[in-house]
Amino acid sequence: MELGSVQDQSASTFSLTDEDHTLANSLRFTLNQDPRVTFCGYSIPHPSDARVNIRVQTTGDPASEVFKDSCQDLMLICQHVRSTFDHAVTNFKN
Amino acid sequence: MAKVPIWDLPDVPTGELPPHIQLQRTRVFCKSDAPTNTENIQYSGAYASMGVDNSLRLDQFRSNFKVEVMRLNEDDMEFDMIGIDPSIANAFRRILIAELPTMAIEKVLIANNTSVIQDEVLAHRLGLIPIKVDPRLFDYMSENDVPNEKNTIVFKLHVRCERGDARLTEKRRLTVVVLIFNWLTEWYFKMGMACHAVTSDELKWLPNGSEFLLATENSASNSTSKPKTYTSFSCSQDSLPQFSKNPITLKHPDIIIAKLGLGQEIELEAHVVKGMGKTHAKWSPVATAWYRMLPEAVLLQEIQDEKATELVQKCPTKVFDIEDVGKGKKRATVGRPRDCTLCRECIRGEGWENYVALRLTIESTGALPPEVLFTEAVKILEDKCER
Repeated sequence: MELGSVQDQSASTFSLTDEDHTLANSLRFTLNQDPRVTFCGYSIPHPSDARVNIRVQTTGDPASEVFKDSCQDLMLICQHVRSTFDHAVTNFKN
Repeated sequence: MAKVPIWDLPDVPTGELPPHIQLQRTRVFCKSDAPTNTENIQYSGAYASMGVDNSLRLDQFRSNFKVEVMRLNEDDMEFDMIGIDPSIANAFRRILIAELPTMAIEKVLIANNTSVIQDEVLAHRLGLIPIKVDPRLFDYMSENDVPNEKNTIVFKLHVRCERGDARLTEKRRLTVVVLIFNWLTEWYFKMGMACHAVTSDELKWLPNGSEFLLATENSASNSTSKPKTYTSFSCSQDSLPQFSKNPITLKHPDIIIAKLGLGQEIELEAHVVKGMGKTHAKWSPVATAWYRMLPEAVLLQEIQDEKATELVQKCPTKVFDIEDVGKGKKRATVGRPRDCTLCRECIRGEGWENYVALRLTIESTGALPPEVLFTEAVKILEDKCER
């Protein structure tokens, strides 16, 4: 769910349900590394609801694009981690 | 920064940071009063004025990232991840503890329990027993589902403490006269001191499903068809290919579930269901998973002779070594930085520094081997991103 103003596409808050620090902190890390992002942060409005608000402000690009790109980046990181790990384990076993 | 002719500069500024800032960027300092410089410099424009690009370059990450496995057993493993950020490492750790599915006993149908252990305490203990089965072969079961062979495993426990199979929990002492021994056993039983310990290997797997009958009103008219039980298995679980060669057992057969005195009996059936650690800790596949940063100890000045021996003795985990530099002089070197627990005992004396670089140690126990667990965890993080 995305909340932002219609005129200004470059800044919006994404509210994700059923998530917690696990995904939000990693997303915040990848978002920060993106050079198009001027501000990014996350907060958890109340610990009893599993809901996370991620705020993204960019240098002009639509915020949802940047957000999707950083999700993709995180996925690529995970895939790379997994393959490296598998190689390392097979090497160790031999 | 070194002077480079302008036509040799690369198109994208990839200048080098001055060494002390590079050190600040990649390491956490451990001073004698507190660790400093603990935050990661994540912002992409952080070093823009220096002309260094701090943004995430996927290929840079790929070339820098390494994994080294230190130790791999059936039950635990320890490995290093070099070049990864703590937020992602923490995400893996959280997923390993809370969001990897496993199978654990959820419903216990107790037919008879005359032991001193209360029903609910017994059920709680049964729930915590780890079960050696691959949870990927099963589906989740929700409230409205009928328990069938795709989402439930059934175990049965039926024990009774008789006079004949006395198992003293104290070690048997060799007695010369067997009669005295027998008399002693009887006496122990009468005094309530000898018990039959119910261990987890007495839980028997029932591949055909539950044997307890559902109480229905027209049970008499259903005598021709198969009697309805608490589970409706359409086929026996050991006819399935994955189970016919490896029967489902418990991971540790020697866990004591309860202790029975003379004449006490427990008869129950336990249903095993798939779940995640988020709901209840019994579904957590790891005993624990933890990570820490790799410590790096740097000696700022050369430390020799008596100071060197003093330093070696100070460290409780023997991180330092003595190296003989000829002519009888000794010099201290850092032998095993991994063992350093960052107790800072050594800094109390003299001037040297302690840095911490990034590594991750994961320890897990349970049904699945640990490397499989980690790959599953990474997959789960990926799936979350896709949503």
